Amino acid sequence: MSEMAATPVPLPAKRRGAQLLMLALAVGIVMFAYANVGLAMDGKVPAGMLTYGLGLGGFMLAAYLVLAKWAPWADPLILPLVTLVNGIGLVMIYRIEASKAPGASATNQLIMTGVGVVLFAITLIVLRDQRALQRLTYTAGFVGLFLLISPLIPGLGKSVNGSRIWIGFGPATIQPAELAKIALVVFFAGYLVAKRDVLALAGRRLLFIDLPRARDLGPVLITWAVSLGVLVLQKDLGSSLLLFGTFIAMLYIATQRTSWVLIGILLFVGGAFLAGQLFDHVQARFEVWLDPSRQEFFDRELGGSAQLMQGLFAMGAGGILGTGLGEGHPYLIPLSFSDFIFPATGEELGLTGLMALLMVYALIVERGLRTSLAARDPFTKLLAGGLSFLLAWQVFIIVGGVTNLIPLTGLVTPFMSQGGSALLANWILIALLVRTSDAARQPPPQAIQNEGLTQVFQR
Amino acid sequence: MSELTLLLIRLAFLAVLWFFVIAAVGVIRTDLFGSRTAAAGPRKSAKPTKPAAKPKSKKGEPRQLVVTGGPLQGTTINLTETPITIGRANDATLVVSDDYASSRHARLFPQDGQWIVEDLGSTNGTYLDRSKVTRPTPVPLGVPIRVGKTVIELRK
Repeated sequence: MSEMAATPVPLPAKRRGAQLLMLALAVGIVMFAYANVGLAMDGKVPAGMLTYGLGLGGFMLAAYLVLAKWAPWADPLILPLVTLVNGIGLVMIYRIEASKAPGASATNQLIMTGVGVVLFAITLIVLRDQRALQRLTYTAGFVGLFLLISPLIPGLGKSVNGSRIWIGFGPATIQPAELAKIALVVFFAGYLVAKRDVLALAGRRLLFIDLPRARDLGPVLITWAVSLGVLVLQKDLGSSLLLFGTFIAMLYIATQRTSWVLIGILLFVGGAFLAGQLFDHVQARFEVWLDPSRQEFFDRELGGSAQLMQGLFAMGAGGILGTGLGEGHPYLIPLSFSDFIFPATGEELGLTGLMALLMVYALIVERGLRTSLAARDPFTKLLAGGLSFLLAWQVFIIVGGVTNLIPLTGLVTPFMSQGGSALLANWILIALLVRTSDAARQPPPQAIQNEGLTQVFQR
Repeated sequence: MSELTLLLIRLAFLAVLWFFVIAAVGVIRTDLFGSRTAAAGPRKSAKPTKPAAKPKSKKGEPRQLVVTGGPLQGTTINLTETPITIGRANDATLVVSDDYASSRHARLFPQDGQWIVEDLGSTNGTYLDRSKVTRPTPVPLGVPIRVGKTVIELRK
C-alpha cells in the first residue's frame, strides 16, 4: 500500500489561476469601457478611470483573496462574471451621470459595491457550512415575511414613486424586499426538503396530471396570497412575480411534478387577472403593455408608456453594433440609471453588447445550476437551484419588461442598476452560491488508511 | 477624436466583451464536453504489485458514479481511490434524505481495480440490480445499485 501513498489521489482542479486571470480580464474590460466613455465624450481618457478602475479592481482582489482562503474549492467563474456585470453597470452609471441625468451617482454605486464585497466576505467567513441554514428554516421564513411587510408598518415605511417598498432610518432608506427574497429562498429550500415526499407522492391522478391533496396545497396558497398581498398593498408587481415564480420553480425542482407548475401558473394568471380588474395601476400596466405606442398612453402622466417607449427607441437607435459608449442619449430615458439601465446599455453597445451581457448572466446561472447538480445533499441542491433561478428569473422579468415582452414591472437589473439594497442583497446571494459550490466541488474526505471508515473532515 | 478612431474603439470593445464570454466558456468546457481525463494519468501507474488483475481492470474501469434515479438524480461523483459512503448521515459522501435509507447505508470501495459495494447493516437493504447485497459484491459498469429511493450506477 506504500505505492498508494506515493501517488496521491488526483484532486479535481481548483483553477485558481484561471479565476485570477478572468478577474483581471473583467477589470481590464471595465477600465477599457471607462476610457472609451471619456474619449467619446471629452476626447481624453477620464481622470476617473484609474480611481474607478482600480477601486473596482481592489474590491475584487479582496473578494478573491477571501474566496481563496475560505472557499478554496468554489467555482472559478462566478466572481469574474459578477465583476464584469457590476463593472459595466458602474461605467453606465458614470456615463449617465456625466450626461447630467438627475439622480445618477457612480461614486455612490462604487461605495455600495465596496459594501457589497464586504458583505460577501462576511457571509463567506461566518457561514462555513451552508447546511447550517437548514436549521434556520422557519426563522428565515419569519424574517423574510417580516422584511416583506415591514414597509407597511406606519412610521417605518416610506412611499416613493407610488410604491410603498422602502423603509427608512433617518436619511438612509433600504428596500427590504431585496433581502427578503434570499431569506425566503432559504425558507423554501428548508421547507421543501422536509415536505417534498408528501407533496410529490400523495394525491390522485386525474387526466395526465397528479392532483395534490388539498392540505398539501396550503403552503402554495399561502405564498400565493402573500405575493398577491404584496402586489396589492405595496403596488410592487415585480417582487410579487419574483417571489411566486421562484417558489413554483423550487417546488418543481423538489418534487419533479409538472402539476405544481400548472397549478402555479393558473393561480398567478388568475390572481393577476383579478388584480387587473380591481386595481387601476395594474390595469394601466396591462394597457400599456398591449399598445405602448398609443399617443394617449404615451402622454399619460403616471403609469404611462413614455419611459418604455424611450427605452425601445434607445435600443432601436443602438441597432446591431450600438452607438458606442458615450455617444448615445441615455438621459432621454427616465430612470435610465436604475430600472432602465438595460435599454441605455443597449443603445450604446447595441444588440451585440446586450447579447454578451445576457450570456454573462446565463453563465452565472449555469454555474449555479451546475452547483445544484453537483451538490451532495438535498438542501444544498435546492438552495443553489433556488438562488440561481431567482437570479435568472429577475433578469428575465426586467429584460422582458423593458423590451415589452411581458408587462413592465419595476425590478432592478441584478448588479447593473444603481440601488444599494439590491446590490448588497445580490452580493450576499453570490456569496451563498460560492459557499454551496465550494461544498459541492470539494473532494470527498480522504481516508487515512485504505480501510476507509476513519475519515478526516475539514472543518 | 475622429469618427474612425471611435468606430474602431467601439468594435474593439465589443470584440473584447465577446472574448471574455468565450474565455469563460473555455474555462467551463469540461462541463459541456465531459470531464477531461485527468483521472486517467495516475490510474495507469497504479498497482504494479497486482499484475494479474491489471489488464482486465484497466479497460472497463469506472470513473464516475452517477445518480440515475431518486431525488438526487443527475449528481455525479468522480471516483478516486477513496471509498464512497452513502446514507443519511451528514458526513456521508452521498447524503440522501430518504426515509427508506439508513444513516450509514452502504459503501463502495475500490479493490484490485474493481469497485465493491457493501451493505453497512441498513434497515431496508441495498440492491444490486434485483438481488439484495448480503456480502461485499463487485459492481459491474452500468448496473443499478438501489439505496432506498436512490438509484446509482458506475460509469466510465
